[in-house]
Amino acid sequence: MRTAPLPVVAASAARDPRPDRSIDVPTDSHCPYCALQCGMSLSPAGRTSVRVRPRDFPTNGGGLCQKGWTSAALLGSPARLTTPLVRSGGVLRPASWDEALGLVAGRLREIVDERGPDAVALFGGGGLTNEKAYLLGKFARVAVGTSQVDYNGRFCMSSAAAAANRAFGLDRGLPFPVTDLDGADVVLLAGANPAETMPPFLSHLRRAAEAGGLIVVDPRRTPTAERAALHLAPAPGTDLALALGILHAAVADGHLDRDYVRDRTAGFDDAWRLAAAWWPERAERVTGVAAADQRRAAALLAGASGAYVLTGRGVEQHATGVDTAGAWINLALALGLPGRPGSGWGCLTGQGNGQGGREHGQKADQLPGYRRIDDPAARAHVARVWGVHPDALPGPGRSAYELLDALGTPGGPSALLVFGSNPVVSAPHARRVADRLAALDLLVVADIVLSETALAADVVLPVTQWAEEDGTLTNLEGRVLLRRRALPPPAGARTDLEVLHGLAVRLGQPPERFPADPEAVFAELRAASAGGPADYSGVTYDRLRAGEALHWPVPAEDHPGTPRLFLDRFAHPDGLARFAAVDHTGPAEPPDAEFPLHAVTGRVLQHYQSGAQTRRVEELRAAVPEGYVEAHPDTAGRAGLADGALAAVTSRRGKVVVRVRCVDSLPADVVFLPFHFPGDQRANLLTNPALDPVSRMPEFKVCAVRLSPAREARS
Amino acid sequence: MRRRTVLIAGYGMAGARLAEEIRRRDPRGDRLAVVAAGREPHLPYNRVLLSAVLAGAMSPASVRLQDEAWAAGHGVDLRRGRDVVAVDRDRREALLDDGTTVAYDVLVLATGARAWVPPVEGLLADDGAPAPGVETFRTLDDCARIEAAARDGAEVAVLGGGLLGLEAARGLAGRGVPVTVVHPVAHLMERQLDRGAGDVLARTLRGLGVRVRLNARAVRYLPGDGLKLDDGLVPADLVVVSAGVRPETGLAEAAGLEVDRGVVVDDELRTSDPAIRAIGDCARHPGTVSGLVQPAWEQAAALAGLLLGEATPYRGTSVVTRLKASGVDLAALGDVHTAPDDPDTEVLCLTDAARGRYAKLVVRDERVAGAIALGLPDAAAAITRFYDGGIPVPADRLALLLGRALPDGAAGGGGADPATLPASSVVCRCNSVSKERLVAAWRAGAADVPALATATRATTGCGTCRDTVAGVARWLAAQPATAR
Repeated sequence: MRTAPLPVVAASAARDPRPDRSIDVPTDSHCPYCALQCGMSLSPAGRTSVRVRPRDFPTNGGGLCQKGWTSAALLGSPARLTTPLVRSGGVLRPASWDEALGLVAGRLREIVDERGPDAVALFGGGGLTNEKAYLLGKFARVAVGTSQVDYNGRFCMSSAAAAANRAFGLDRGLPFPVTDLDGADVVLLAGANPAETMPPFLSHLRRAAEAGGLIVVDPRRTPTAERAALHLAPAPGTDLALALGILHAAVADGHLDRDYVRDRTAGFDDAWRLAAAWWPERAERVTGVAAADQRRAAALLAGASGAYVLTGRGVEQHATGVDTAGAWINLALALGLPGRPGSGWGCLTGQGNGQGGREHGQKADQLPGYRRIDDPAARAHVARVWGVHPDALPGPGRSAYELLDALGTPGGPSALLVFGSNPVVSAPHARRVADRLAALDLLVVADIVLSETALAADVVLPVTQWAEEDGTLTNLEGRVLLRRRALPPPAGARTDLEVLHGLAVRLGQPPERFPADPEAVFAELRAASAGGPADYSGVTYDRLRAGEALHWPVPAEDHPGTPRLFLDRFAHPDGLARFAAVDHTGPAEPPDAEFPLHAVTGRVLQHYQSGAQTRRVEELRAAVPEGYVEAHPDTAGRAGLADGALAAVTSRRGKVVVRVRCVDSLPADVVFLPFHFPGDQRANLLTNPALDPVSRMPEFKVCAVRLSPAREARS
Repeated sequence: MRRRTVLIAGYGMAGARLAEEIRRRDPRGDRLAVVAAGREPHLPYNRVLLSAVLAGAMSPASVRLQDEAWAAGHGVDLRRGRDVVAVDRDRREALLDDGTTVAYDVLVLATGARAWVPPVEGLLADDGAPAPGVETFRTLDDCARIEAAARDGAEVAVLGGGLLGLEAARGLAGRGVPVTVVHPVAHLMERQLDRGAGDVLARTLRGLGVRVRLNARAVRYLPGDGLKLDDGLVPADLVVVSAGVRPETGLAEAAGLEVDRGVVVDDELRTSDPAIRAIGDCARHPGTVSGLVQPAWEQAAALAGLLLGEATPYRGTSVVTRLKASGVDLAALGDVHTAPDDPDTEVLCLTDAARGRYAKLVVRDERVAGAIALGLPDAAAAITRFYDGGIPVPADRLALLLGRALPDGAAGGGGADPATLPASSVVCRCNSVSKERLVAAWRAGAADVPALATATRATTGCGTCRDTVAGVARWLAAQPATAR
């Protein structure tokens, strides 16, 4: 039983004294947070940090949000880990790298010998560079031989990815450059709140907003919704019915693009037969969105000279997330938007490398290049690049939540290695996840700070962060970016690549099979991705250093990249896009007498994901220091609560204790909680791990809760 | 367990839905074999959308519920154009009109309803069918005949100012057809609306080109002339009868089942014979309004569950009436006839006849007990949500009545007056910059937007606050030096 008292970490953030090659000149880089990957310029600020300035880059046009501006604060932060920690006597104590890696490798060997390779699991993240994601997947399949590898992107992009693959035969978040949106006069954002989650993105919607063409679908009146000409506020978990209602209105009001549907798509009739049952008045009954507004949305999109439908986590993080994303794609297809210049469908990727992270093999069912692990040709190709026999590669493993849920169970893994993720805070049904982690024989966490997951670990490995290492990321528009080292890492921290190299060698792998140099890893990734859907073979560090804008696929070094996909054909063998025959079924856990409210979880501007980074940046922490629950004043009042009072929010799975913020614009049966906060403020103590049958996405966005006063006893 | 056979008599909106709901739960037919017989030769279609077909917004093909291949592809033995004509309850066997018999374990009556033609002289021919020049409005074939007549430039009288009659009239008027609604009661849709709402609705429809005759008693149909009223004549080449429906209960009565304005069913949709169930328009469940699709579909789902071992009974459907007519937004629900002076009830009522708006909200025990929203689409949506969810109504009832529960432009944006903006209000949300920080930066020498941006980072996120920041700078520059 692990109790995880706070360890004593006696290391200051001393830096490697060697001069860095770029120490005296500003380094062009990108923000460490979201998928917009804002361009920034880093200039030296003492030996331990850099000064951040926004850079004029297409995604951000010289803008930055508060997270980006303050991103350097973690570089020299006393919260940085600079020495490995090993638990002994229940306490994490400093250890040497050799001791820590030797211990991990030794335990892994024992566990594999005893229970087989699938007894070891790996958990990655959408913030890891392409090189790290690639090497992590290879490490799992080759050095350990386990099928049990997945990552937190499962909680982020998996539903949109599956829906896009089904519809178009290929998944690239935005199949067009983000700057294409600048020319749009109508944009529908479904379940996305970029005014808080990627603020500089809003500059691309300026024309649409000023033309009265911004449509926002969100149960809450978010800062993004406030800017919309039309805010559609469906009851939580009814986005699919709303999309069906708007599709119905589009067809009934004569907006169907019949030529496009005939020439470029398949499956309309089957999709329509289901949508035909969702006339706007019926959809209104289920969603609460006025039938007239559904018709107006259809008319706005259809009447635009350039229209886009964009989805975000709000519609995707459901047990019906794939079908819901598919329903919005159906609407875009019915109006003839995708695969035409100046219009389209896309999803707004969340994490910094949410796109690249899902392409290169840290996902349970995939191999590099967005290949399927159950495709014999894909296995043969990747095995050849890796110098192993195809039969030696394991098959598909468990998806993220199923993996976490199985930890420490008789049939599940008994060791877990975590890179770039904090599932104790970010996974659904968080109490269950914490229990499963505690049941492991070995938990290893590589992180830059002592995250909540690291606190529960047996071994913690301190790693470098964005400005201290080179690596590529693929942003929300499928453009491959080079993030460059701007200062030396603190002494004692190693890169994730070095960690994987060190472990692989200790597990008996030849050193050259697990290079630690990012450019060398990228060269291997290029070969492994060649010929795959996400083909990076023509991308080189030199081309990226020269500033080339390379959107994948880039199948050759003289290929200019592919900014816009699908202009001639979609990626299915017949070139046609597919309508999805989808119907509304509703949230997995509808409110009832005992739990009468819908709880919606999401993000705030100042924090990022589990908050492991942003909660340690003083300026961000001061702006939003703790979790809270938003409720309508009537709802709070009926629960005996007023603005600022301490409330308990309870679901079937757990209880959160946070302060109430009264918000007039919230529906009376909805409360909202940000999920960035630890301990008993963890919104994910409440969330429902009901999974989408295709993407295995948990239902983060809606669960049933009740609200009650909590005693003022917290210190 | 033995595979049982369900025979569905009637393959319209209820029957076809039942087949789908069964196959949703038993996709391969391991547990239930399904045989279905439907009288109409067409594939099942969505009757709710017939008014859209009549209005020209949809084609007959696009209102189909299932395609050719559905039944066969889902293991449903569909006998199209066939009717169940007799039931032998002892042998659990049904006779079809082609002479074949089907043995069943469960028989589901989904025979629907037929249009009722009021006893007005001349409307019916000797054989009991509508006379030439008279059509009911119930089926796809009815729809096609009305459309054909309308295309030929016919003038139309719609007999009956209920939901369906008004939808038909509005659809025809929208196609340029001269149309008159003849309604025997003092106001339209009297089942769902109070007098005030009915009057505003009539006014709205008249504005859309529909002539409305209220309190009009039709006494005779005169082919070639029109509909003779007790006080005049409504000229018409075609009379569309939309005076309500009667449940199709002949089969049930012949089989000796209990019938009382519909086949009587309990919460498990069982008739007086436990092996026979009934759903949709032909069924009568206590507390459920029939003649609408919502109850029919909910009954189909509930029955499929019950037949496959789910224990959730059918408890009735609360109905929200929505008129589907272009240019008219009308919702009515619950108890709408309570007068404003009722002592146990709060009643809010607003009439804005000139703009076609009427709103009524009936609140009892802090819940919505009834409402009408005409010309107020936001109110219809919001009130329905409170009604369906049983959510206590907002303290501000009027906001709900008007559908204005959301404050407009509550925050952000460029319109704020910099002088009156509170010092602590956040101007740049992306970087948490308040007005007072801008003022402090201005006092420290940052006198324009770029300088303020450099000093505070305001405007460097999404950029939407640029106008407000510029306004603050202008306002500060205009202050007398002492006040800065």
